[in-house]
Amino acid sequence: MSLESKVNNFVIRLANVNGTGSASANYMFAKSIFRMGVPVTPKNIFPSNIQGLPTWYEIRVSEKGYLGRREGIDIMVSVNPQSMAKDIANIRSGGYFLYDSTKQLDDTLIRDDIFYFGIPLMQMCNENYTDPRQRLLFKNIIYVGALSALLNIEFEVLQTLLEEQFVGKEKLVAPNVKALQLGIDYVHQNYKYPLDCRIERRDLIGNRILIDGNSASGLGAVYAGATVVSWYPITPSTSLVEAFEEYAKKYRIDPETGKKNYAIVQAEDELAAIGMAIGANWNGARSFTATSGPGLSLMNEFLGIAYFSEVPVVLVDVQRAGPSTGMPTRTQQSDILMGAYASHGDTKHVLLFPSTPAECFDMMADAFDLAESLQTPVLVMSDLDLGMNDHLSAPFFWEKDRKYKRGKVLSNEDLEKMNTRYGRYLDVDNDGIPYRTIPGAHSTKGAYFTRGSSHDEYGLYTEDSAAYVRVMERLEKKFETAKQIVPKPIMYQKKDKSKIGILFFGTSTYSSEEAKDILLLQGVEIDAMRLRAFPFNEDVNLFIENHDFVFLIEQNRDAQMRTLLIGELDVNPKKLIKVLNYDGMPITADFIVNKITKELELMNQYTAETLSI
Amino acid sequence: MTYLRPKFAHPNLPKNKLGFTRKEYEGSLSTLCAGCGHDSISAAIVEACWEMNIEPHKVAKMSGIGCSSKTPAYFLSNSHGFNSVHGRMPSVATGANMANRELVYLGVSGDGDSASIGMGQFVHVIRRNLNMVYIVMNNGCYGLTKGQDSATADVGSKSKSGSINQFEGIDLCGLAIELGATFVAQSFSGDKSQLIPIIQAAISHPGFALINVLSPCVTFNNNVGSTKSYDYVRQHIEATSTVDFVPFMNEIKTDYQNDEVKMVEMHDGSWLRLHKLSQSWNPDDKLSAINALQNSHLNQEILTGILYIDNKSLETHALLGTTEIPLNKLDESTLCPKDGFLEELNSSFR
Repeated sequence: MSLESKVNNFVIRLANVNGTGSASANYMFAKSIFRMGVPVTPKNIFPSNIQGLPTWYEIRVSEKGYLGRREGIDIMVSVNPQSMAKDIANIRSGGYFLYDSTKQLDDTLIRDDIFYFGIPLMQMCNENYTDPRQRLLFKNIIYVGALSALLNIEFEVLQTLLEEQFVGKEKLVAPNVKALQLGIDYVHQNYKYPLDCRIERRDLIGNRILIDGNSASGLGAVYAGATVVSWYPITPSTSLVEAFEEYAKKYRIDPETGKKNYAIVQAEDELAAIGMAIGANWNGARSFTATSGPGLSLMNEFLGIAYFSEVPVVLVDVQRAGPSTGMPTRTQQSDILMGAYASHGDTKHVLLFPSTPAECFDMMADAFDLAESLQTPVLVMSDLDLGMNDHLSAPFFWEKDRKYKRGKVLSNEDLEKMNTRYGRYLDVDNDGIPYRTIPGAHSTKGAYFTRGSSHDEYGLYTEDSAAYVRVMERLEKKFETAKQIVPKPIMYQKKDKSKIGILFFGTSTYSSEEAKDILLLQGVEIDAMRLRAFPFNEDVNLFIENHDFVFLIEQNRDAQMRTLLIGELDVNPKKLIKVLNYDGMPITADFIVNKITKELELMNQYTAETLSI
Repeated sequence: MTYLRPKFAHPNLPKNKLGFTRKEYEGSLSTLCAGCGHDSISAAIVEACWEMNIEPHKVAKMSGIGCSSKTPAYFLSNSHGFNSVHGRMPSVATGANMANRELVYLGVSGDGDSASIGMGQFVHVIRRNLNMVYIVMNNGCYGLTKGQDSATADVGSKSKSGSINQFEGIDLCGLAIELGATFVAQSFSGDKSQLIPIIQAAISHPGFALINVLSPCVTFNNNVGSTKSYDYVRQHIEATSTVDFVPFMNEIKTDYQNDEVKMVEMHDGSWLRLHKLSQSWNPDDKLSAINALQNSHLNQEILTGILYIDNKSLETHALLGTTEIPLNKLDESTLCPKDGFLEELNSSFR
């Protein structure tokens, strides 16, 4: 048992039955901690099901501001008898179990190293409410009330949250407040409170916001000027397009006509979704689609034609646990290789790796700028953890003078002035990026036939080997240009301080940063770098070159980023040590620390043995 | 290879109202087999657009993969074109149309491209009533891979190698009507006088317009025993009507109609004059169109002409409620929310 203080430093897990309205109550509870000024990380651990199966909501509270998941549950709230035995087993020694005591707890469920808090939730609901739906919903609010008493959360904070939630439905506030009070009163009358695990008001949030990555991406797409969105429903990307629609309804309705300055098409499948996005981009609109692994598999062929015929397109892959249907409601970073090389033949694509909601917002705009500047697909590699869970994030920010980078597009005037023959695929500027024209631009100049078959500099069909090779090599040159303009990696130190490095990306960031701190406390200093894009630029190469060993943190089984780094940068594979989490749950700092510590011990042993010979 | 046509043209070639000769509507030289039905359809497209005074650059040519899908290179070289992915032209056309509702979208597909690999997209583009012309160059076989039966080959049709098709052929026109298509026509590549006005009517139609054109494959499916050969089609063709496309002839009065002549006003003010050859069929009556098609199958006839038309339908943009301005013309000041909104949003997430 750690002797660390549990004030503003614990994990609480709520076990519910899905479809019972627990999500909004749990969110309110997490938000109340946020409003108490304490950093909080909620995670929804939910089944691929609509009603009746176990679902959990896990909240980590961290005064130090660590936002990754942490193993070990300090408080378990059980509103689901189905998972009770397992839930009790998961509690840390010295932890707390809060449960519905309407029915007596089975003797087999009693542990002598944890504390039990029975609250007769069902009985209280039955006594106070007659409507069955209300009995179900208010049960959630009663336990939130009880928790607030045990954890020292201010009543006013919760009351304000309820008032905000029911704007326009004010008559719902009073019965909810009553339910809250029922829970609070029960604790006051029956238990000693608050617990050692509790909240104390702080001012540690600053200007940060609590938001999920998919909402951030959807909003980012509105700011980025996306007008055509084509999609096919798939968890965990669905809420991204729903968010786009919500914000587009708010900001993109023409004030005079009431008509939409956007079009959302729900496609028949992912093949059509990406086809539409490509068609719209080809025609000069900013268009994107959002999907997850199985959808990306289907989109491969279309990504090939977009690459080869040089049509910009933006795709957000909210990754989930594969292969195949896999675990559709669990997180992973396992589409890295498929994303990088999607489609047959020699293809490669620009990838962006957001790690926070603020970055989801920024990277949507970056993705469109890059796709249009480079005339190629750009894949934003989010994941379920980032997309669907709320995160404490820097606020959204749009630079006042930021302008869309639409890339090399010849206007009607440009074409009018042009005296030479227009060639769609001519490398005029020697950067691998040709000039494109938008259909309808000019009555006699600039038209060309876009095709996925081999073409020459003028877009004409060719089977001439030399012409084919010229195009393939120019595409490679374009990829070199991409290295200069994709987001650079984040370095955690100005100068290298260690021979050991740690490399991570996306949602592994939170736990990796924490692991770095823990290792430092244990006397192991490591340098760190966060990848933000593929293709890798020179900084990535240098970081690996300048360290003896680099621990590469990934959330997949096959070390896909490692393969990509080895293949693209030609680094010595022995330098890149795998730290792989792929059980579908977000990676934890403890996992990373344990793995790194073990590897370092092995290395030290090896060095000692080698030296002693 | 793509072969460009020589630029030279006779100075006295007739010009349309825009001052363009037919030359301005042509494409590269075709590399299809000599006598291919598809080349006749390309020629009909050129003629239809020239006569209608359509600015070539206001057309977007969309296609999938196959012999048919190569043809957009052989007409309207001043138009942008997109030779996309096998069976997926409808999705690319949908995206393109969403981006700019002002262009004419001319889709070209084949029987393999539409009735097999692309059936899903064919069905859904019809459901959405996308404003486009969708021409199927239907020859009942896969030409580019040397003549395998396609899904539109009729039961009992004999291939060049002598095998008999055992499987039911898909009737794209009947299917389209069932799915709610708002303009369904069938024609024959060898009947230019019928095909040209049908293409013109399809372009004028504000919604999805299917033209299924029987277009014999001279190399792989023109043998005795094939139901898609030139001889067979000529012998079995039956027209529902003769079609005149009358552009912007507002002086035509509806009372001009009688039992034999049906006038249909198009969205853009032009008229269709259908000289009905069958009393039991009405072009705006779905049931009669389906009956006529089913009867033609029983009688081993190939029914041609405009089979069904609903000129009051709403196309995709109207259904979605998008702005009249093409989305690809909206600028940053319209698209990017104003300053201050973001701070307001940030506050709502605290």
